[in-house]
Formats: sequence, structure tokens, C-alpha cells
Amino acid sequence: MALTVDEVRRVAALARLELSAEEEQLFAGQLSAILDHVGALASLDLDGVPPMTHALAEGEAVALRPDTLVPGLSPEEALANAPAREGTCFKVPRIIE
Amino acid sequence: MSTAALTGMSLREASAALAAGTVSSRQLTEACLERIAATDARVGAFLAVTAEPARAAAAESDRRRAAGEARGPLDGIPLAVKDLFLTRGVATTAGSRILEGFLPPYDGTAVARLQAAGAVPLGKLNLDEFAMGSSNEHSAYKPCRNPWDLTRTPGGSSGGSAAALAARQCFGTLGTDTGGSIRLPASFCGVVGLKPTYGRVSRFGVIAFASSLDQPGPLGRTTWDVAALLQAIAGPDPRDLTCAARPAGDYLARLEAGARGLRIGVPREWFGEGLQPEVEARVREALATYQRLGATLVDVSLPHSKYGIAAYYLIATAEASSNLARYDGVRFGRRAAAARGLKELYAASREQGFGAEPKRRIMLGTYALSAGYYDAYYLRAQKVRTLIRRDFDAAFERCDVVAGPVAPGPAFRLGEKTGDPLQMYLADIFTITCNLAALPGLSVPCGLAQGLPVGLQLVGRPFDEAGLLTAARALERELGPLPPPAAVEAAP
Amino acid sequence: MGTADFQAVIGLEVHAQLLTTTKIFCGCSTAFGGEPNSRVCPVCLGMPGVLPALNQQVVELAVKTGLALGCAIQPLSVFARKNYFYPDLPKGYQISQYELPICLGGGVAFTLDGQEKVVRLTRIHMEEDAGKNLHDVAADGGSGVDLNRAGVPLLEIVSEPDLRSADEAVEYLKALRAVLLALGVNDGNLEEGSFRCDANVSVMRKGAAAYGTRAEIKNMNSFRFLKQAIDYEVRRQVELVEAGQAVVQETRLYDPARGETRSMRSKEEAHDYRYFPEPDLPPVRVDEALVARLRAALPELPRARAARYQRELGLSAQDAGVLVGDAALAGFFDAALAARGGGAEAAKKVANWVIGELSRLMNETGLAPGAWKLTPAGLAQVLALLDAGTVNGAGAKLLVEELFRHGGDPAELVRQRGLAQVSDEGAIEAAVDAVLAASAAEVERHRSGKKDLTGFFVGQVMKALKGKGNPGVVNALLKKKLGGG
Ligand SMILES: [Mg+2]
Ligand SMILES: [Zn+2]
Repeated sequence: MALTVDEVRRVAALARLELSAEEEQLFAGQLSAILDHVGALASLDLDGVPPMTHALAEGEAVALRPDTLVPGLSPEEALANAPAREGTCFKVPRIIE
Repeated sequence: MSTAALTGMSLREASAALAAGTVSSRQLTEACLERIAATDARVGAFLAVTAEPARAAAAESDRRRAAGEARGPLDGIPLAVKDLFLTRGVATTAGSRILEGFLPPYDGTAVARLQAAGAVPLGKLNLDEFAMGSSNEHSAYKPCRNPWDLTRTPGGSSGGSAAALAARQCFGTLGTDTGGSIRLPASFCGVVGLKPTYGRVSRFGVIAFASSLDQPGPLGRTTWDVAALLQAIAGPDPRDLTCAARPAGDYLARLEAGARGLRIGVPREWFGEGLQPEVEARVREALATYQRLGATLVDVSLPHSKYGIAAYYLIATAEASSNLARYDGVRFGRRAAAARGLKELYAASREQGFGAEPKRRIMLGTYALSAGYYDAYYLRAQKVRTLIRRDFDAAFERCDVVAGPVAPGPAFRLGEKTGDPLQMYLADIFTITCNLAALPGLSVPCGLAQGLPVGLQLVGRPFDEAGLLTAARALERELGPLPPPAAVEAAP
Repeated sequence: MGTADFQAVIGLEVHAQLLTTTKIFCGCSTAFGGEPNSRVCPVCLGMPGVLPALNQQVVELAVKTGLALGCAIQPLSVFARKNYFYPDLPKGYQISQYELPICLGGGVAFTLDGQEKVVRLTRIHMEEDAGKNLHDVAADGGSGVDLNRAGVPLLEIVSEPDLRSADEAVEYLKALRAVLLALGVNDGNLEEGSFRCDANVSVMRKGAAAYGTRAEIKNMNSFRFLKQAIDYEVRRQVELVEAGQAVVQETRLYDPARGETRSMRSKEEAHDYRYFPEPDLPPVRVDEALVARLRAALPELPRARAARYQRELGLSAQDAGVLVGDAALAGFFDAALAARGGGAEAAKKVANWVIGELSRLMNETGLAPGAWKLTPAGLAQVLALLDAGTVNGAGAKLLVEELFRHGGDPAELVRQRGLAQVSDEGAIEAAVDAVLAASAAEVERHRSGKKDLTGFFVGQVMKALKGKGNPGVVNALLKKKLGGG
């Protein structure tokens, strides 16, 4: 299963990664090798096998959260790690709608 | 007592000394800080040492003890956690540039429970970036070295958590295990490491790599130390709905119960080609020891083990690709300078912030989830996961624990596998199925190969951490402690 | 040529904010507005290490809604991640439901032009709202992000493409809104966006077998805009098809200023949401006991209530429909009627005042029911004063408005404001004589039969009596004095 550089670019765009030309080449090769390995799964007959989508055993009780207020952060605390801010908003470059 | 004598104690011994009043938390803490100062330039286990908070906590602990208000076995004990655990007001990096300077506004549950138990926070431990790796070489800050041989890796991703213990820099640590990240370093560094059942320890406040596989757990120099740490952090947490509601067990009560009558399953698939002879020899000897102690060996089969790596690298990377989407340079962490548009801001910040391994896994996971590939990759992998769990369920009808090697070989050399990601991934071949099946597993030292530690892996039934620790303790008592590693000491 | 040869095919996607105290996955307040980022915590900020803790109340309100709409409540449903990057989406994914939603099937019934129609529902699922991007907040044209809304619980209610006109779409939306209001799960506020609606619109030649390509229309925050947007979009698509051009599958934004829909090209980059089951949340289990408890607690639903109003109180379908369209009005009506007592006649009177004056004042002031100073008992007293002849219609209107805005005791207000009706024959006769004397010309024309000026004279007399004259007495006396007429 060989991954083309074009596919690498498509995936990188989806993942919001701006890969260098070298990385595109490198990943095309490495990801192809990994996909070859995982290709082994294709040979398995999995008809009627349910997917294990959650790791906590089915029998385990789950307690949902009661609908009661819990103190959160102040705007200053919320913005303390922000690379850029405007008033008490997180600041980002202009969003074109 | 000398610094060496103080830091040479196990957590249990240090705890007893505190209780007896023969040492103070202050002495233990200063001894650990000295030891870190003397050795960590060579080891690189710590990304940050929090000397002042540690001294303050130690003073508080000594005050409590003087007032007869000591809180239990961890009160006053210097500990350290993998830098994947959020610590309020203390930089938390996940070993990544993208979180440079991030100061968490809250403490994770496990960290808060250690504090509540009176432990002394020594600092944050080195790891592979976002816990992605098996050698700690993917740390964006510095490599961590194996105290037994500084040219070798301590294993990963919780490399610092195991190395710090082997180097006698602290008395206990926390790590996380997604595919072997506690057990592999424990095996490589000759310490005990436990990956609890999925849902036994809260993941709240632990930076996510692969949400359905991640599990925080303790490492220590002895099984007792690990049991005491697990006792402190295990149990329900309303902030983590994937954390089991059932109460924690008692992990110390039956620790000395021995191995008589224990049925140990030996999966033939774990002893195939690729397993180094000396490692197999140590593991077989350990199994023989168990027989001498009155345990019986049962031949079991885990036929789908060989698909573990494939299923793991699809599930783990898919979840990771989504979990790492929040690192976008908007609310915290690194933002690329002079990004004009929004797309540029995201792409450049992530390109500059993430190292090669996270990028590789984000790419693979994004691909596995993308339109047209979901059924062929992610869904198939989840079905294989079911088969792997069924393998274990069948085995546990005939045995109480499953035993085998942790890794095909002892600690490998730094740089040995960094060129070939797949080879690196294969280091987890024996540990990964335990995560896929959501079962508890631990690594306990079972001797040396080429002068390097070898760990025996024990995998147990869901939530039977007590049984695992009891079994591990039986071997530990029989073999006695490994000698302290000499390589870490400065050349005279 | 034109829309006549075509059939519009419409399905609606409604996002309704659930009336919970806290967000869906954290303990932050769901209150509207507030200083940016003042209602946030590490969880809804998408900080490293956080996990979602599902709000029990969200599940219960979802089940309640599903039961009221005749859906099949799923004993097991699963949250999923919808992955995409946008500044108002802190985690880089929205926690929603995908393959296994909490409700399947069901329907919404409404009546249009006397025709009953039931629109089938595809599904209802729970999800979290996004934050808000504020444009041009910065001097350099940069945008701001406010995450107060991030994590507010939503129900997404998806209909089958069963609607065939903009009017049907509007009636469907009104009927659905009425049910949510009756259940108390949503406040039905389109303007503030707590009740939002997107429309999937396509057209097909009448009798054609397959639907045409559909466009998704967003940003219609009133019933009027919904109608305008759909009418415009149907016309646009018909013109395209007739011109032999293809309708593009895309998202289009409704522009109320222009009354048009336009393509949101900036958002049209290929979407690939990479849905997968949310590993941080175990499957949601809804057991029989919970369903039974919630079913038992369901209130009377709008259409049942309207039927009862017609059957038992003899209200017209029209009046009954208006009352049940807003649970607050219907509740006020029930209470006022109970206070007033009496049968069909009283019911009709009370309904007229609730539908007329009360809903007028409600819409004018925009006050929430809790803020009304007029009580049902208060309205009943006003109607009693009206029937007793203490005040006339005009006085009663003034009373109701006064009570609605400021409250008080009706009888007391009649005295203070001097609203008492004048029924005293002597006083009225004096006024009548004065008016007739003052308008000899009009009297002449009236008597000559050239023109019936009764209305004019009544007006003049009422004016003289400052609007407080008893209309019956005034008419009787005028008739007598003008000699039959
Ligand atoms: Mg939605
Ligand atoms: Zn919150």
C-alpha cells in the first residue's frame, strides 16, 4: 500500500500540518511501510465481530454529572496562556466569512 | 544518614523511617535534590525540578507528623511525575515545543491525590513527546539515558519515570501506559511498573495521547512501593466517566500471600522468533521459580497477538490525530509568529510546535479516519481489538495471570531505532495487547541480560491489580533486589 | 414557465438549546451573554488533559423531547467526534452523535389550510454548541473568540424531506417550537439563536422520481426570514434548472437585508469530518425505568390542548391554535378562565383578551412571562368589571395595559384613573343634547336620510364623556332623540 505525495498533501491539509518537501517525501515512504504492516488486518475474517469502541467494560456503572453549577475560571485565568488577546477574547487573524 | 543511604531506601523503608522519626521529610527531600543535582546531567530524567515547592511540602509534612497528623505511607515522601500530568502553576510540556511555557490552571486528579496524601512534589519527568515513543528519544527537550548504560535508552515513553527511580533520584513516580509506556521503561531500568486496568485510575488532568488506551500508573523500586502509590491514586472520579465507579481494592493487604496455587498462563505466541535468547532464559527461569513456589504453569494461546501492533497503530494514531487538534496556537501554547490568515496560523504553529513523531502519527491517524478508509482501517482495528480481548478472556478461564517477556530484548542503544519507525513500534509487541484488551499489566525485574535488567510481564484479569502485585511480590522476594546501577555514578 | 411545474422538497434541521443550568460536559453556566470568556473552565476551553462529564439533565430532556414527538428512544446511544478546525471550536472537534443517536423516527403534526400534515423525523441527537467568533474586534481587523457558549447543550432535530412549501416549513417549525415550549426544554428564541433552523432545499419537476440536488440554507432567525429564504431559494433553483444549469450542493447564507441566499464559498473547502466514536464517553444507556418516569411526567401537548379547547370550551380552531402555540399564553388562559369561572361564553371572552391584548403587550414589550405584572386573577377581575358595566371596553384595555406594565389592584386603579363608566341617563342625555345642538347641519342631513351619521354622533358624545360613556345607553338615547333614523 504505497502512499503518494499527493495523498500526503491531502492528509496534511486535513490535519493542518504544513509539511516541508522533505517531510512529504519522508512520510510518504514511512507511512507506506506502516500501512503495509497494518495491511495484515485485511486478511482477517471479521464478519459478525463487534468493534470494541470503548475500553471501559460494558458492565461497569457510569455516573453522569448532576446539573449543578461548578465555579470555573475568571476571564483573566482563562486567557493567562493565550498567545494573543483582544479585551477578554482570544485573538486570531481575521476570519473571512 | 548519608545522602546515598537516604536515597538508597525503598519508599517503604523511607516511610517506615519517617514513622519511626529517624529521618525527616526535609532530610529525604534535600537528599533527593542533591542526588538529582549530582546525577541528572548524565541521566536527563527531569525536565523540571521544583525545589521550592518540594521544600515547602516537606516542611508541612514534618509539621503534620510532629503534630501527630501524619496522613499515611506517602506523607513526606519525595515523588515525581511524568510531564504529561498537569500540575497547577507548574510548567507542563508533554515533552513538546508546542506546550512551551504552558502553565496549567488546575491539578490532575492523580496529582491532587498524591498531594492530599502528603507527598512531596520533586518535579516533572522526561518523556517522549506526547508519550509517543518507546525510547524517550522523541523528547523535544533532551534525551533521557538508561542509568545502567548511559549509551542506551531507558525505554519510553515514561523514560524519566523509570530512570529517576533506577538512579535513586526519588522514591516513586507516576507514568502513563498507552502501549507499554510504563512496563517497557520499568523493564529496561530494572524497576517495578504497573499499568492498571483501563478505568482504574482517572485520566483527568493527564494529557491525552490515545483516549481508549491511555492509563496512568505507578512505578517504584519495589512491589510494595507500587502498591502504596496505586492505593493513593486509584478509584472513581466524577470528572472522568471512563474511570470505573467501583471502589479501589486493598493493594497492600494480600501482598505477601505468595504464589502457591497460582495458575500462570504462558502464551506460546510470546515466545516466538525475535525474542532474544538471554531474555527468554530469564523469563523461563522466573517461571521455574514460580513453579518452585507452588504455582502451576498453563499453556495458553493468544492467537491474535500478532495483529496487536497493526490494530494499535491504527487506533492510537486515529485517536491521537483528534486529541492533538486542540494544539492550534489560539488558547495556549506555541503560536507561529506573523501568521497572516487563520489557515497559516494553524498550519505554521503546528508545523513548528510538533516534532517528527507526533506529525507522523497525526498523519497516519488522519488518514485512517478519512473518508473511504474508516471501515478498512479504524473499524477493522476495533474489531481485531475485540478478538484480542476474547483471547485473554479464554485464557483467564484456565489461569489467573498471563506471564511472558515485556520486550524482545533489553535496553537498546540510543539512535538504534530512530531511523525506522516501524522497528521502534515493534519494541511494544508484547505489551500492546494488554492495552488493547484494557487489562492490568506490570513489569517486575527478573534478572540481567548482558548486564542489563530484564522484566517479567504479568497480565491480570480486569481490576485484579492486587492479584498481579501479589504474584510479582512472590518473585521479587525470591530473587531479591537488583544491585544499584553503577553507570550513573560520576567517574571518580 | 415557472415554479408551477416544479415541486419544492424541504427538510429542516433544528438546533434547540436545552434549558439546563450547566453546560453539557462541564459545570459552567449556560446563561446567555456575559463578558467574553467569563463562563468558561478548563473543560469547555479544551485545555490539555480535560475530559467531558455528561450532564444527566441533558439526557433526560432529550428523552422527554423524543417521547413527546413519538420517537423510538434508543436504550444505547453513542457520542462521536466531528473533527474540523475553527476558532470557535476549542478542541478541534465537536462532541456530537452520529451513527447511534438517542432518538430515531417520530414526527411533528401541524394543520395548514385545514389540512392536517405529519412530517416524519429522521433523528434527534445531543451535541455541544460552539463558541462565538467576533469579527473586526481588533484594530488590525483581527477576530476575537468568546467561548461562553462553547459546550452549551443542543438537541439537533432532523426532519425527513417531507415539506413541500415555505408555508409548510413555517407551520412545521411553529408546531415543533410549541412542543418544546410546552415541555419546557427550550425557550424558543429564534432571535437570540437558542432555537435555530437550517433548511435543506431542492426542487424537482412535478411527477419526477428523484429529488434534485439540495442546498443547505443557514442564518434564518425568524419565521418570516425562513419563508423568504425558502421562497427565494426555490425560485433560484427553478430558474437554474429551467436555464439548463445544475444546482450546486453547497451551504448558502440567507441575507435578510437583500432577502437573498448566497453561497458561503469560504466554507466550501472539502469537508471530511472523520467521525469516530468518542472514546472519552461511555455509551449512553437509557433504561426502561427512566423512560417510564419521564413519560409519566409529560405535560399535555399543544395539539391535544387545542383539541380540548375546541371540544370542551368551544373555542375556534384558530383561537385554540394561537393559545397553544405558546405555552405561556395557554397557561395564562387556563388560570384566568379558572379565576373568572363560567362556560363557553366566558372562555371565548378570556381567549379574546389573552390573544388580543396580552399577546400584543407580550410582543411589544418582549417581556418574559415571569416579568409580566398582570396576573390571571387580575385579568379575571378586569373582565368582571367590564361585565358589571363598571368600565367599558376602552377602559378595560387601559386597565390591562396598566396592570401588565405596573401591576396593582384593578378596582383601585379604576378609582385612581377615573375609568368608571358613565351610565347615568341624565348625564348622558345632557351630553347628547349638547352634541345635537352643536351640530344642526349633521342632524339635518341625517334626518333627511341622505346619510346615516349615527357613528359620528356616538363619537361626539363619547368624546364629550371622555370615552367613559356606556355605549348601550348612548346609542339608545341618540336613537330616541334622532327620531328612529
Ligand atoms: Mg449539529
Ligand atoms: Zn466549562
